[in-house]
Amino acid sequence: MSPLWTPLFILALAIAGFFAARSRALSTAGGNPRLMHSLPRVYGMNALIWTAAPALLLLAALTLAQPMMQERQVMSALPDSLTASAGETSLAMAEICRIAGGIATAIENRSLSKDAALQSSDIGTLRDALTGAGIAVTPETSAEILNGAQDWYAYDRRAALLHAVLALGAAALGLVWALRRARKDVNARSTVERGILLLLMGAASVAILTTVGIVFSMLFEAYHFFQQYSWREFFFSTNWNPRFQGGSDLGMLPLLWGTLYISLIALIGAVPIGLFAAIYLSEYASRRMRSIAKPLIEVLAGVPTIVYGLFALITVGPILRDYFAAPMGLGNSASSVMTAGLVMGIMLIPFVSSLSDDIINAVPQSLRDGSYGLGSTQSETVRHVVLPAALPGIVGAILLAASRAIGETMIVVLGAGAAAKLSMNPFEAMTTVTVKIVSQLTGDTDFASPETLVAFALGLTLFVLTLILNVIALYVVRKYREQYE
Amino acid sequence: MTEITTSLLTLDARTQKRNAAERRFRAYGLAAVLTGLLLLVILLVSVLSNGLGAFRQTFVTVDITLDRAQIEEAEAALVKTKIYRGFIEDNIAASLEAAGVTEANDASAAADLLSKDAAASLRDWARTRLESDGEKWSKSFDFLAAGRIDGYLKGRVTMESAALDSKVTPEQLQLADTLRDAGVLVVKFNTGFFTLPDASENQVEAAGLGVAILGSAYLMLIVLFLALPIGVAASIYLEEFAPKNRLTDLIEVNISNLAAVPSIVFGILGLAIFINFIGLPQSAPIVGGLVLTLMTLPTIIISTRAALKAVPPSIRDGALGVGASPMQTVFHHVLPLAAPGILTGTIIGLAQALGETAPLLLIGMVAFVREYPAGPPEGFFDPASALPVQVYNWTQRADPAFFERASGAIIVLLIFLAIMNITAVFLRRKFERRW
Repeated sequence: MSPLWTPLFILALAIAGFFAARSRALSTAGGNPRLMHSLPRVYGMNALIWTAAPALLLLAALTLAQPMMQERQVMSALPDSLTASAGETSLAMAEICRIAGGIATAIENRSLSKDAALQSSDIGTLRDALTGAGIAVTPETSAEILNGAQDWYAYDRRAALLHAVLALGAAALGLVWALRRARKDVNARSTVERGILLLLMGAASVAILTTVGIVFSMLFEAYHFFQQYSWREFFFSTNWNPRFQGGSDLGMLPLLWGTLYISLIALIGAVPIGLFAAIYLSEYASRRMRSIAKPLIEVLAGVPTIVYGLFALITVGPILRDYFAAPMGLGNSASSVMTAGLVMGIMLIPFVSSLSDDIINAVPQSLRDGSYGLGSTQSETVRHVVLPAALPGIVGAILLAASRAIGETMIVVLGAGAAAKLSMNPFEAMTTVTVKIVSQLTGDTDFASPETLVAFALGLTLFVLTLILNVIALYVVRKYREQYE
Repeated sequence: MTEITTSLLTLDARTQKRNAAERRFRAYGLAAVLTGLLLLVILLVSVLSNGLGAFRQTFVTVDITLDRAQIEEAEAALVKTKIYRGFIEDNIAASLEAAGVTEANDASAAADLLSKDAAASLRDWARTRLESDGEKWSKSFDFLAAGRIDGYLKGRVTMESAALDSKVTPEQLQLADTLRDAGVLVVKFNTGFFTLPDASENQVEAAGLGVAILGSAYLMLIVLFLALPIGVAASIYLEEFAPKNRLTDLIEVNISNLAAVPSIVFGILGLAIFINFIGLPQSAPIVGGLVLTLMTLPTIIISTRAALKAVPPSIRDGALGVGASPMQTVFHHVLPLAAPGILTGTIIGLAQALGETAPLLLIGMVAFVREYPAGPPEGFFDPASALPVQVYNWTQRADPAFFERASGAIIVLLIFLAIMNITAVFLRRKFERRW
């Protein structure tokens, strides 16, 4: 039986409850809705909410909690030899889960009988039965593991049944309660509206939960990392050399340097272009030109970063190598700080230009008029009046662009290379924090080793770095907007 | 008394200098705008010119005729595909003869130009024939040509590069020329690019976007069904019901911060919470969908709140005045009026999510997936790929022929994005209402 049936059944019950409660409430009023406190359908909604909401919440909570409790129970039955260290425990549990999953599929497609899987206490016959059903069990697989898998499967089945019974019971209780309250003088509307308000509040708190989730998941794993690796080494060492057999150097300075160097080049490219484009579009351009050019430049912001990455990899990188780096003897790598920086610069132009455009437009016309009245030319007005007035906002825009640059991933993954280096040469391949997060977390990863966990420490650093930039930028931009409103 | 040296009719040096500065400044601005536009054009032209080739593919057209005895004999053999390859060779020889090619009529060499799984696909067809009635069957097959031959016909591979290449020889390219003149080798529209799953390193010609497009569609479905209700509900609460207190302030700051958090951080969240903690499967659209939902929520919330704010208070006052409850006011009057704005914001949020790559890499969607995921909802838990991740995947292959595929996939992605954004603009124009 698919686990989806229980919630579907609860929903069906809730919909049936809707119609039952509506007609019941109507009948208590003798079929005249004018005599009822609330509209007939509100009584139906009441039944719907009472039937579905508690039952589904209960089901979700049980489904989330069950694997953990089950794991603890199965683990406690394992002998100490298998749970000597955290790594061994997780290996044993993974093996148990795998075999239990195999048993479940084998029973489902009838290649294994339930009795053979659960009753046989003799390890030899059990092993044969499992192997016969196509589950990979080696002779080395110990009896404890196999028994654990048996227990796991049995718990799984029992839990699934228990959950279904509990959730359906909750649904039935809710339905009965709501049906009893489907009378004409009951204030059903307030109940329903309070329920909806709770739902709305729940949705609004998803944003907070996301932030909490981000911070906790990274803090938790970063804490594991710093237990195994000195934080001084991580923050201040200039060596990055992860080795999966252990004994790696995991200093983040070269990664940070690459990140900052690339971001710097990107900003050097994007800020003047973006700023001048914003000035031209808001101060000089005709309406017509503005209505065409502004959206077109903003298309650059809508292009996915993987497109920029590919552009860096197959167009910009080779051109830079063949026409600049190689002739000048600066390097012969297509992926380089310059490649990633320039392409990222293109991506940042619309960020700088549209934010600056908004801010320049927010500068009151009276300031400009005053300047013109004193005889300044348009460019003098822009340089001496508009820009100084808009400066805090523009700084905010640049900070936001910088935070984008630091957190950007695909352009640097495809354009910057993978070698962690501290070098000044912009035509050399370097790497960044985000590139290393990707490379340490993709492929086969072992969540107990510092080489994998370092990604969470890097992620935390990145998060904190961009958060600081964002908070300052948002504060500056917001404060500045209020000034002229 | 000082002598008047300036006149209104002639410009003095200082004014000339100021005017020149003005012109220069203006020129800088114009140059910046033009640079921005030029870069956009270069970007698009580069992607298009690299990727258009992926939509066309070289096929070898062969009329195959087999009878029951032949198939049964092949099925009884130990190495079955070798026999089937023999059938292809025989039929190519016949086709060549029919086309009037006499010199260089080497069917075995010609069969070398085929993609590796040509014999296997012939066998699949032949085995289905065995179950039907009849004794003799014929069908015109379009076998994929090998990647290098395809590259030669598209101009990517040349005689010089072939001489250095271990996978193809100049002689094979000459043979390809002959076959093309005979009409056996043809370049035509590549429907397989949209329907086939990914293929291995050695079979660039068979690699397609089928699984990736389906995976992206699943992702979008999940994001739409989660982010739209949650986003709208959150915005209604914050805009219409929330009291002004520190908690709501915190939520507001949170949302604007989340909008600026690097996308890769959401990937870390997905890996740590959804995969390691809750135990959802890796590479599954459900995890990708959840992560992208969390990423898209701020966008949808911000635009929904703007749309709600744009509904004038008089509407609310009118509804409250005739006795509607606050909840009825919002759901019966404000929300329908804000719907076009909400829809536009949602489409833009979805477009953003569709192009997002980095978080999907971390949750394992970069894995090599050849199997189509099952239909929803079970398919949400099967491994799948996604369009942008497939692009990344192909850029990591050693064979540069995959770059053409990657650029082609980008074009497909950009077309989807363009359609979504144009729809959003159209909706905005059509339903925009000034109060």
